[in-house]
Amino acid sequence: MKRLTFRRVLWTCAVLVVVLLGAVVLALKLGAVPISVTDLVLSLGRVAIGRSAELPSQFQVIVFGLRLPRIILAIFVGAALSVAGAGFQALLRNPLADPYVLGVSSGAALGAILSLILAPEIPLVTPAAAFAGAALTITAVYFLGRREGQLDGSTLLLGGIITASFLSAVIMFLMTTLAGRDLRGMAFWLMGDLSTPLPEELRWVFGVGLAVGISAIYSTAADLNLLLGGENEAIHLGVDVRRVKLVVYLAASVLTGLAVSVSGAIGYVGLLVPHAMRWLVGSDYRVLIPASALGGAIAVVLADTLARTIAAPTELPVGAMTALAGAPVFIYLLRRRMR
Amino acid sequence: MSADSVRLNVEQASYAYSAGGRQAPLFTLEATSFQARSRELVAVLGPNASGKSTLLRLLAGTLKPLSGRVELDGFHTSQLDPRTRAQKIAVVQQESSMLFPLRAWEYVLQGRHPYGRTFHFESEEDFAIVENALEQVGASHVAERWMDKISGGEKQRVVVARALAQQPLLLLLDEPTLHLDIGAQVELLERLRRLAAENHYTVVVVTHELNMAAAFADQVVLLHKGKCLKVGPPAEVYRRELLEQVFEAPLDVEFSPEGRPRVSIRGRKETGLGSVPAQPA
Repeated sequence: MKRLTFRRVLWTCAVLVVVLLGAVVLALKLGAVPISVTDLVLSLGRVAIGRSAELPSQFQVIVFGLRLPRIILAIFVGAALSVAGAGFQALLRNPLADPYVLGVSSGAALGAILSLILAPEIPLVTPAAAFAGAALTITAVYFLGRREGQLDGSTLLLGGIITASFLSAVIMFLMTTLAGRDLRGMAFWLMGDLSTPLPEELRWVFGVGLAVGISAIYSTAADLNLLLGGENEAIHLGVDVRRVKLVVYLAASVLTGLAVSVSGAIGYVGLLVPHAMRWLVGSDYRVLIPASALGGAIAVVLADTLARTIAAPTELPVGAMTALAGAPVFIYLLRRRMR
Repeated sequence: MSADSVRLNVEQASYAYSAGGRQAPLFTLEATSFQARSRELVAVLGPNASGKSTLLRLLAGTLKPLSGRVELDGFHTSQLDPRTRAQKIAVVQQESSMLFPLRAWEYVLQGRHPYGRTFHFESEEDFAIVENALEQVGASHVAERWMDKISGGEKQRVVVARALAQQPLLLLLDEPTLHLDIGAQVELLERLRRLAAENHYTVVVVTHELNMAAAFADQVVLLHKGKCLKVGPPAEVYRRELLEQVFEAPLDVEFSPEGRPRVSIRGRKETGLGSVPAQPA
């Protein structure tokens, strides 16, 4: 019996943190202006001892002004989307659930766009509207996915994909008719993009929201393991199913809303990462949630680095990279599930 | 040992599934009463749509009786919070599907969930209980195997082991013999009898297998179209006219030397049916 202990969870996280640091160094190094690892380490050392003023200004701009904020954004967004995906998978008992595939990201994007059109002056309105859009969409998709009072896996996915397509059309309509407004481009909202760093005033909101969302889902981890075996079974094993579902529903919507409000609808991260982590660390949510958070951060940092460098100096949206990897995996998992 | 006191007390418990609004209810379980002591095995018997599952849910506490009471050691089962309820009542349901495959021991370990806290990782004691439960049902050899890669009979044993890991007072089983061959059926029921005796459980089995209930139950609760027709030892409940009315088939009832009834299809004794299913397949 290969037991899951707190120690094993910590070790798993430690290993993933090291990998994440490696990914961060790679992301700092690669780009239109390549920087050697030695320079990086030396400069980080100088910053650490409070002598950042000695750094060449061009270096400072590239590493600390451009690349690092973008990497931090990638870490936040990756962690949020992966944990949201793992949460939706348990909530809907569907291994293919993902905020993007289910249309939840599009709903969040539409909410964010509407808030920017209608009331951009209200503080924090964009993440709040994105959360509302996400929560409403997942509710709608949940009811679309029911047949004869039961949640049906394929109907749910189909309902989500159609909802995503419909909401994308609405977004395109709004973006086209309201062109010239101070809205980010269509590619940002529909494909996701990390080129806009997190605004200063949003940083703490985002950090706190992320921490609360992930902790809330993690607090139900043991219950989610049982929920995967069916609601009835879970009830008989002492799970307060209603409370757990409400917590995961709200927290996953918050995480999706936050991520989309700052990076648009980046797809498939919530599908790819939890599956890769199940394969690596097992499907117990007590290790899967932290592993997915870190794995998501790693995946998005790497995907964005690739998106920045593959056709340099032109940048691809990071969502194009994740979809290139995610769509085939989705098809593979779907085929395997149908056998 | 002194006589065991009453553990499960079902008193005039009824339930109605509402059709919404002022329409007549979709299904009603009329007032049902019986009592069970620890170490007793009760069979809830009846054809499909007789109210067996409703009664099971009332006992499990997932339904609140419309009138009357269902008490376990003096507590209303529907008023217990989910964790406490899962520490006292274990339910073995018909087939369930796993989204992600589990190993047998991981499945049994789920039975320890009601005893864990949010950030709890299972202790040595939990694992000892899991090993013991697997041993009690004779499934230690499949502990490391995947649940979807073992036979139906082995799977059923593992499912029962998970219920044992809950260390309940009351063990409820919903059609546990449904997908088992006759040998596995007998083995399961003999095992349940032994477990009830050794662990002082009260066991309630919902079934439509007349002869299995007759051979193993201390008490039979006979349901028909939402009515509780008779409660008592098999020898009292198994009356030919009563069973024929309930199961709508021509039946014969004989009694073994020990006084256990045995049911066969009238005029077909030579076929030697081991068990007569209530519902023609």
